[in-house]
Amino acid sequence: MADIQTLQKLSTQVRRDIVRMVHAVSSGHPGGSLGCTDFLVALYNGVMNHHPKNFTMDGIGEDLFFLSNGHISPVYYSVLARCGYFPVEELKTFRRLNTRLQGHPTTHDHLPGVRIASGSLGQGMSVAIGAALAKKLNKDNSIIYSLHGDGELQEGQIWEAAIYAAANKVDHYIATIDYNGRQIDGDVENVLSLGNLKAKFEAFGWQVVETEKGNDMTSVIEGLAKAKTFIGKGKPIVNIMKTEMGAGVDFMMGTHKWHGSAPNDEQLAKALGQLEETLGDY
Amino acid sequence: MKKYTYTEKKDTRSGFGAGLQQLGQTNPNVVALCADLIGSLKMDAFKAENPDRFFQVGIAEANMIGIAAGLTIGGKIPFTGTFANFSTGRVYDQIRQSVAYSGKNVKICASHAGLTLGEDGATHQILEDIGLMKMLPHMCVINPCDYNQTKAATIAIADYEGPVYLRFGRPTVPNFTPADQKFEIGKAVMLNEGTDVTIIATGHLVWKAIEAGEKLAEQGISAEIINIHTIKPFDNEAILKSIAKTKCVVTAEEHQMNGGLGDSVAQLLSRHTPTPQEFVAVDDSFGESGTPDELMTKYKLDTIDIIHAAHKVIKRK
Repeated sequence: MADIQTLQKLSTQVRRDIVRMVHAVSSGHPGGSLGCTDFLVALYNGVMNHHPKNFTMDGIGEDLFFLSNGHISPVYYSVLARCGYFPVEELKTFRRLNTRLQGHPTTHDHLPGVRIASGSLGQGMSVAIGAALAKKLNKDNSIIYSLHGDGELQEGQIWEAAIYAAANKVDHYIATIDYNGRQIDGDVENVLSLGNLKAKFEAFGWQVVETEKGNDMTSVIEGLAKAKTFIGKGKPIVNIMKTEMGAGVDFMMGTHKWHGSAPNDEQLAKALGQLEETLGDY
Repeated sequence: MKKYTYTEKKDTRSGFGAGLQQLGQTNPNVVALCADLIGSLKMDAFKAENPDRFFQVGIAEANMIGIAAGLTIGGKIPFTGTFANFSTGRVYDQIRQSVAYSGKNVKICASHAGLTLGEDGATHQILEDIGLMKMLPHMCVINPCDYNQTKAATIAIADYEGPVYLRFGRPTVPNFTPADQKFEIGKAVMLNEGTDVTIIATGHLVWKAIEAGEKLAEQGISAEIINIHTIKPFDNEAILKSIAKTKCVVTAEEHQMNGGLGDSVAQLLSRHTPTPQEFVAVDDSFGESGTPDELMTKYKLDTIDIIHAAHKVIKRK
């Protein structure tokens, strides 16, 4: 695992990539992307065992990650590129005609690192469970990870999957919830409250781990390390991770307004002023 | 008219069950999932012989499709089983995104398709499933006609790389295709060569097309009969070749007229050689409770309806 400072530098660069990508095409989802940056940077740079230079769809012997909330594709693409799945300069093709970096991730164009299309919400947990079952049949002890938005938990399929994973003891699987409390129409609490999320997952038979500071690298790594201690203990694991939508760019925080809006030129300049170029822009 | 005989009537779903059982013995990558309908889908034998490769997902079809998509990542070949209604309309978005768009090697196996589900009524009698599935890019759609053909199709799709929709049913129908007939995906089966009219049928309507052909022969009409078990990819060549000879066509299917086999034929012909066509299909209607035979009569999907359509279309030449 890289040291905390190195990971933080990478996070800052990924955040620059995110705002530049969505600005360039005046579309995309910066808010959730910025909020999940620290998590994905940690996951792909030390937590997961994976082989960016030798991508295979089956990923035998590798840990696998599934992005269920596909709209945060900017952070996903930046993290994948910056750990070597594809050239960093390809980020400039995001959402443009003929790109492999579609608005929402897809396997359709064979982008290394992506194993399922996502965008229509609520499907990724089922897919992750299926991949976990395949691992078990293949006697492969690797871990399956997935990420879901909190608003996404309003989809019924999530709870079908949650029942299944607990009943069948899918215990080499860690689902993380991006618990930022915001969705397109406003606060999750006001749109459709999730109630006591921890109690819900516990009642469904899951092992719950809470990451209180999902935008603090140390806290993110500790949360994932704690989640891993429950691997193989008979329960699926959920990591409820509190994040701030828009984290790292002050005017994008504290509101749901940047869920799916891109900054203009002035706003981009302001955002980049808060994010030091650490590893070179694409 | 070539003579077709059969020794027994059997349900196509049992053909699926037998094919799946054989795959369980021959292909270690085949896995099966079911949403609380093991008995109805005849998946008992596969489950008993391969408990580690069988997944009971409960009444949660969306989750089943997602799990199946995930199982392909790691080289498995998942066969999902539930009623046709719950295999398609209920999970359309899951199939569209996680299976079809993602290019996953999932076999969606659907029983109790169409009116012949019978007494359960319209909630379960899906008549739109072929249309829903064939509209998805690169989805293979197969609707075999009897037990032997369904068994052969089940075995064949395991070797086909990509998503497949396999449609079969509940009632017993004449089992007339040879048990050793090779199933070729996308290849129409010529049942009878004729010169006056082409009858293209799929699924349970294939036997009725044979019966209609026999009656038409008695009336001096020579019908060419084609069993089109694969709706997509479509055997354009076989159809165009037949139409060049007969100059008119009747399509017969247990499905809505909109979106079904007839649509595929009409689309092909309108682009290549506009041809008079009559449709034996459900005309923009839901089904209802009744016995399978009563329903096929009421909704005009019977042998007599194919005969009437043949007469009508010949006059339009």
